Amino acid sequence: MNLASQLLQYTLSGITVGSIYAMVALGFNIIYNSTGIINFAQGDFVMIGGMLVVYLHKTLHFPLFIAGFITVIIVSCIGIGFERLAIHPLKNPSVITLIIITIAASILFKGGAMFIWGKDSFFLPSFSGDEPITVMNATILPQSLWILSFLFLIVMALMCFFRFTMVGKAMKACSYNKRAASIVGINVHSMVMISFALSALIGGIAGVIVTPITLVDYDRGSLLGLKGFGAAIFGGLGNMGGAVVAGIIIGLLESYSAGLLSSGYKDAVALVILLLVLFFRPGGIFASKEVQKLKIY
Amino acid sequence: MKRILKSSFFKSATLFAGAVLLMAIVRNPYHVGILIFLGMNLIITIGLSLLMGYAGQISLGQAAFFGIGAYTTGILTTKLGFPIYLSCPLSILVTVSIAFAVGIPTLRLRGHYLAMATLGLGEIVHIVFNELLSLTGGPSGFGNIPLIRIFGMELDNDYKYYIFVWAIVAFILFLSLNLIDSRVGRALKAIHKEEQTASTIGVNTSRLKLSIFVLSAGYAALAGFLYAHFVTFLSPGTFSLRFSVLLVTMVAVGGMGNIWGAVIGTALLTLLPEYLRFFKDFDILIYGVILISIMILRPEGLYGIKIPWIKKNAGKNENDG
Repeated sequence: MNLASQLLQYTLSGITVGSIYAMVALGFNIIYNSTGIINFAQGDFVMIGGMLVVYLHKTLHFPLFIAGFITVIIVSCIGIGFERLAIHPLKNPSVITLIIITIAASILFKGGAMFIWGKDSFFLPSFSGDEPITVMNATILPQSLWILSFLFLIVMALMCFFRFTMVGKAMKACSYNKRAASIVGINVHSMVMISFALSALIGGIAGVIVTPITLVDYDRGSLLGLKGFGAAIFGGLGNMGGAVVAGIIIGLLESYSAGLLSSGYKDAVALVILLLVLFFRPGGIFASKEVQKLKIY
Repeated sequence: MKRILKSSFFKSATLFAGAVLLMAIVRNPYHVGILIFLGMNLIITIGLSLLMGYAGQISLGQAAFFGIGAYTTGILTTKLGFPIYLSCPLSILVTVSIAFAVGIPTLRLRGHYLAMATLGLGEIVHIVFNELLSLTGGPSGFGNIPLIRIFGMELDNDYKYYIFVWAIVAFILFLSLNLIDSRVGRALKAIHKEEQTASTIGVNTSRLKLSIFVLSAGYAALAGFLYAHFVTFLSPGTFSLRFSVLLVTMVAVGGMGNIWGAVIGTALLTLLPEYLRFFKDFDILIYGVILISIMILRPEGLYGIKIPWIKKNAGKNENDG
């Protein structure tokens, strides 16, 4: 393999990984937009998605696509339950309380997953075989194509949802100004619930489609959540398009540094980017100078 | 008399005396060992309580400072042959300098941003512990860290080490209680309540927040030093995200608004797993349940909770500390 095809190989795998980060980042953004909360359990939605689909497919022998479908439904129900039980009852919570609550939820999800499925890693067969497709001396797994097309679908669906449906528009209104939204008759509380459901749904989808490539275990969520948050911050918190671009950029950088520098430090790449962006451009790469100055981070 | 009872010196001395008494009662080496770990955790959480409860900031990277302290003294004493009386101040100095350097940009952030930044920092340090094979031994760690020797006496059994650790805990408590009652403590409370107001009445908020961040890192490094020379073996697993989260949990469960809250929370969450043996690895599930229910039902934590049958004391407790 020459350098060019090697680079192409890294690019392809970087885009694949980056798509997952982008999905996690989208999940962060949806909840952030409607509540101002950063959900520290976002990565665990992905983990639960992966665990559930493996359980449904391998233990209960559901066909893969039905198992995936049920998984996504269950994960979004978990999202709703989480919001109803833990976020909704709070009265004027402080930021620290909110942070600790979502951390507690993350611990709970991890603990629950370990309780039910143990500490082993689980594997899910690919959706359409493991025969790699060759593209100019580099190879790409069919599963990567699935991941990319799902990311595309999710982005399209979200765009239509926020642009053309009443609920989507109402959620958008909440993200601009909660008070004004409730004055014009939008039920802010149910919008918050929907945002948790939606964000868990995306997490669930990410979990289902990524498990054939990365395997899944109970502890998979935290690092994934942190990197996804890196992508969300990099693209500007709340900015959906930014999240997708930033997720893919982080995936690419991670893949290049793993291939060309050292594989041990590849996990640090996303985190270093996260810190650098937080320190120097907390509004993300797409934010204008004026916005950066006015907003408090 | 009342004044003496209320003084921070008296409280710390009582804690120390209580700890010594407890050891005399417990005697079982296994339990003494657990109480030593409780002491180390306390040193970290007292610092974290100053940061969270008084300065109103959060750090999800405290395990990293604990680890940097432990690894620094471990590497200095085993690989470079430093004596312990030098490695102790050096390990604290190294940690404090790192905390200072990263604290300057980090503490400009607030709330969620700050939490994520400290989380990221902690994870990076954890990765470095794993990858810097030549110094840290990587994932398998390294051992043979010498024991502490003071005044020619080697702290070679748990009882001696217990006294040593708890003396330090009492000292840290004394220091922190005095800090809270000082001008600095009042300024911190002002920051916590309303940062903008605090800065308009002349509190240098950013410098103060940074100092407390650095102080809490220093406490964590001290605990790391104690850990390294007690266990004599270090591996990255100890200093993971999970421990950082556990530390924050301890402070939050006990109550963020008060140092004694941190003491209660730490004692509860350090000792509880010992009584939950039959849950084995699932202690993490119990932590999650405890934490989430306390945050929903009583976000201010366990400290100062009114227990019906000691109503009289409950009112009094509210005022001290």
